[in-house]
Amino acid sequence: MKALFDRLKKIAPPLAVMVVVVAVWWAVVAKTESAIFPTPWQVVAGAWELAEDGTLWEHIGASLFRVGTGFGLAVLVAVPLGLWMGWVSAAYRTLNPIFQMLRPISPIAWIPLAILWFGVGDVSPIFLIFIASVFPMIVQTTSGVHTIERRYLRAAANFGVSRTVLFRRVVIPAVLPEIIVGMRIGIGVAWLVVVAAEMIALRSGLGYMIMDSRNAGNRYDLVIAGMIIIGAIGLLLDGVTRLLERLRTVRWRYIR
Amino acid sequence: MQGALPVIGGVSFSVADGEFVAIVGPSGCGKSTLMNIVAGFERADRGTVRVDGAEHAGPSPKGIVISQHGSVFPWLTVQQNLMFGLNGGAHGRVHKDRAALADHYAEMVGLKGFEASYPHELSGGMLKRAELARAFVVKPDILYMDEPFSALDALMNLRMRTELLRILGEERHTVLLITHDVEEAIYMADRIMVLSPRPATIQASFQVNLPHPRKLSSPQAQTLREDILGELGL
Repeated sequence: MKALFDRLKKIAPPLAVMVVVVAVWWAVVAKTESAIFPTPWQVVAGAWELAEDGTLWEHIGASLFRVGTGFGLAVLVAVPLGLWMGWVSAAYRTLNPIFQMLRPISPIAWIPLAILWFGVGDVSPIFLIFIASVFPMIVQTTSGVHTIERRYLRAAANFGVSRTVLFRRVVIPAVLPEIIVGMRIGIGVAWLVVVAAEMIALRSGLGYMIMDSRNAGNRYDLVIAGMIIIGAIGLLLDGVTRLLERLRTVRWRYIR
Repeated sequence: MQGALPVIGGVSFSVADGEFVAIVGPSGCGKSTLMNIVAGFERADRGTVRVDGAEHAGPSPKGIVISQHGSVFPWLTVQQNLMFGLNGGAHGRVHKDRAALADHYAEMVGLKGFEASYPHELSGGMLKRAELARAFVVKPDILYMDEPFSALDALMNLRMRTELLRILGEERHTVLLITHDVEEAIYMADRIMVLSPRPATIQASFQVNLPHPRKLSSPQAQTLREDILGELGL
């Protein structure tokens, strides 16, 4: 009973804020009698309509597929590359400057090149997501290697373990928490970018849904429904990545 | 660019097999540098370290370092930590045997029942026990202890001294202890060397001919303590 009450106390304030936002929104729309800006109820009704005829799920599926593929490829590239750059200082000196220069370029700036190289299809957004999420993950992994405490490396050297064991039992587990942090950042920007990319170029996805709803008859109820769904899925993706922080082998890094 | 600072002057000593030698000195006198050189983590500009007559080139499992802050891997369980040193092909043992050996030493240091725990779930004293056990598992000839118990609270510090001596009674090891705690040295060591301030040299050497368990309040121990503190200028 007490646990339930504690939980309630935790979720009550943020819930109250959301209720207030919705209430103000509703009140303002009702008062101004806007013909185009929807009430919360119209948004729910619009979303329901799309959910019923299945198009909403198609859009969500398309966006998630692109994020999954682009982000997955980025992990496959960033983790080994980051480990290598962190471990071999020559690799770091050689590659770090170019990555540092590519990193601050907004993925949106790559859109024209993506269209030029890959056309308007699934490959372009996947490429953009890859570009957006690969650099933060490389940087995070590399700095993870650099911040391994020397006492652990010394202990490993002391026990005379092979390079394979050193990597498998010391370096990778020591960096894993940083890799997970990198993945959280990576999935965040990936989601940000997929929506932006879809707004410009494609025939499916949540970003497309938003632009299409506006263009095809000022369906602002669907625009806002799309925005809310994007926010909710973003939160969900972050939550899923956070679950990784619960792994027993990485707990040491996140407690205290 | 900083010039090379002579940290250690002419230090020369030998330690007999099975002997427990303590080195005491003021902080910043180069105790830890000396230990790093002896253990093989740093190279001396001049001079050599010989173990069993052979020149000692780098760190090896023959001499395990126990340091102040410890180096128990936080991402491995107690048992996995204890098995860490046995992972090499040289040991060639099957997993079950290695686990059994690890559990044997976990029990010896009083960690029975905690084999599956992670280090962050242990107290400081237990962590130190785990580190000791991890060293004992590989049966090193020498233990290099660099202020091993000084990060523990005073009571745990006292308890770990007794524990260490008990284990050393079961498992014979040569021990080189570096400490600033004169009483700790008197309680455990067979011989105590006093280092001078930088550049460090061996200023004095004391044989401790007291039977274990020692009482620090005994007149002999008190006299010895006075003498050592006198050497340290206190």
